[in-house]
Amino acid sequence: MSIQVRNLNVWYGRAQALYDVNLTIESRGATAIIGPSGCGKSTFVRSLNRLHEEIAGGRVEGEVLIDDINIYARSIKPMYVRRHIGMVFQRPNPLPASSIFENVAIGLRLNGMARGGALKEIVQRSLEQAALWDEVKDRLGESASQLSGGQQQRLCIARALAIEPKIILMDEPASALDPIATFQIEELMRELRNSYPVVIVTHNMQQAARVAEKTAFFLQGRLIEVGETGKFFSRPEKKETEDYISGRFS
Amino acid sequence: MSILVQEQQPAANPFQAPRTAHNARRRVSNIAIVVLSLLATAFAVAVLLYLLLYVLRAGLPYINIDLFTKIPTPNGEPGGGIGNAIQGSLILVGLASLFGIPLGLFTGIYLAEFGGRGAFATGVRFLVDVLTGVPTIIFGLIAWVYIVVPQQSFSGLAGGVALGIIMIPIVARTSEEVLRLVPKELREASLALGATESRTILRVVIPAASSGIITGIVLAMARVAGETAPLLMTAFGNPFFNSDITQPMESLPHTIFTFAESPYQAQINQSFAGALVLIVLILLTSFAIRWATGGFKQRGR
Repeated sequence: MSIQVRNLNVWYGRAQALYDVNLTIESRGATAIIGPSGCGKSTFVRSLNRLHEEIAGGRVEGEVLIDDINIYARSIKPMYVRRHIGMVFQRPNPLPASSIFENVAIGLRLNGMARGGALKEIVQRSLEQAALWDEVKDRLGESASQLSGGQQQRLCIARALAIEPKIILMDEPASALDPIATFQIEELMRELRNSYPVVIVTHNMQQAARVAEKTAFFLQGRLIEVGETGKFFSRPEKKETEDYISGRFS
Repeated sequence: MSILVQEQQPAANPFQAPRTAHNARRRVSNIAIVVLSLLATAFAVAVLLYLLLYVLRAGLPYINIDLFTKIPTPNGEPGGGIGNAIQGSLILVGLASLFGIPLGLFTGIYLAEFGGRGAFATGVRFLVDVLTGVPTIIFGLIAWVYIVVPQQSFSGLAGGVALGIIMIPIVARTSEEVLRLVPKELREASLALGATESRTILRVVIPAASSGIITGIVLAMARVAGETAPLLMTAFGNPFFNSDITQPMESLPHTIFTFAESPYQAQINQSFAGALVLIVLILLTSFAIRWATGGFKQRGR
C-alpha cells in the first residue's frame, strides 16, 4: 500500500500552503513529517486523505497515488478514499456522549461494515490492537469522556483501526498528552508500523527519531529533505535541515 | 542617602491607593454601581416572588381532584373544575409540536449545516429572528383567515396550527445555535472515517447536540402553552370536554382569562387555581429538562 505524492500543490483560498511536493511512502513502516509551525505538515497529511477539501477554500492540485490509483482523480469520491485511511488527530476527539464501545463501532456503523456479533469481535480486536482492551473491557458501556487523555487517544486509534485502513495518518497525536501517555502512544506507533504504513506529523524531533524509520522535513510549504532517520539527524544534506535540527529556529 | 529622599511619608506602602480626591470618587462610584445593580436585582426578584406567592396563595386552596376532572358548572354554581381546559391545552400543545418541531428542527439543521453564510441562509435567519418578535395574535389572525373562515368553525386544529407556527422560529434558532456549538473536531473525526456529510450530520452531529435541541424544543412547548392571544380567534373556547380538533377547544390560558373576569367568586378562585397549575407545569418542565440533560455536561478533555 505504498503512497506516491507527485507535484502536490495545496491552497487555502488564494494562499498557497504547499509547493510541488514529491514524496514516496513505503507500504510498511513509519514516516515522520517534521518542520516548524506553519510549514505545511498538517496540510500535507490532510491532503493524503482528502480532508483538506472540507475546509472552505481548500484546493489541491497534483497527484496522490495510493497503490497506483490517483485518489484525486475526478471519478473518485473523497469519502471512499477516507474509508480506507485512518486518521488520528492532535486532540483526542471521541464522541463525548457515546460509550467506549460505540466510539470504536461508529466507523463500522457509519459505513455499514458489520453488525451484531461480528461488530463486537472487531471492536475487541481494535481495542486490543490499540493496547486499550485490558483497561476498558469491563466498562465498555461507560461514557468515553470518562477516560484519561491518553486512553481517549488510544480509543481514537482503535476507532481508526476498526475500519481496517490501508494507511494510518497521525497529526501530532501525542502533543496534547502527558509524558506517560506519550510513551504509550509511541509504543503503539512502533507496533503499528510493522503492519501499516504510518505517517506521523510531529514537532518533536526526538519523537521522530524514536518512532520513525524515515523522516521528511518541511519548511514554508516545501519538502526540503527526506531520508532514513538515523542519517537524517546525524548527517543532513541541506543547510536548512541542519539549522532546524540544531535548533537555530523552530 | 540619596538627595531625592523626601521628608514626609516614612515607609509609605506603594501598593495602597493614595488618599486623593480622585481615588475617593472612584471608590464611591464603584460602590454606587454595585449598590444600584443589587437594588435592581432585588426589585426584579421581589416582583417575581410576589407574583408567584400571590398566585400560590390565591390558587392553592382550590386545588383538588375536581379541578382536573370536572368541567365548569353553569352560572357559577359551586363545584366543577377546569378539566376541559387542561385537556384542551394538552391537545393543542401536542398538535403544535407535531407541526412546529419538525419544521423548526430541520430549518435549524439547514441553517447550521448547509446554509453557511450564503445570501439565502442569511435571509432566512433574519426572517426567523423577526418572527420570534411578531405579536402572537398575528399568527392567530393568519390561522383564522386560512382555517377558521373556510371551515366556518372555530377549531382546535386552527389553534394548534397557530401555536405550531409560533414554535417554528424558536426551535429553529435554538437548534441552530446548539448545532453550531458542536466542535469541528467531531465532524472531522466522522468524515475521516469515510462517512458522507449527511451521515455525519445525522449520526454524529445531531446526537452530540441532542440535549441542547431537546431543551430548545421543550422550552418552545412551554412558551406556547401559555399563549392566549392566538387562541382567541382559533380554538376559541369550549365549556365541555372535547377531543375533536375540528371543534372549538378550551385551553388553560383562555379559562384563566374568562374566569378571572367572571362575577362569580368560585370561578375567580378556579382561575387562580388554573394559573397555579400552569405555572407549576412550566416550572416542572424546566426542572425536568435541567435534571435530564445535566448528565450530558461531560465533555472529553
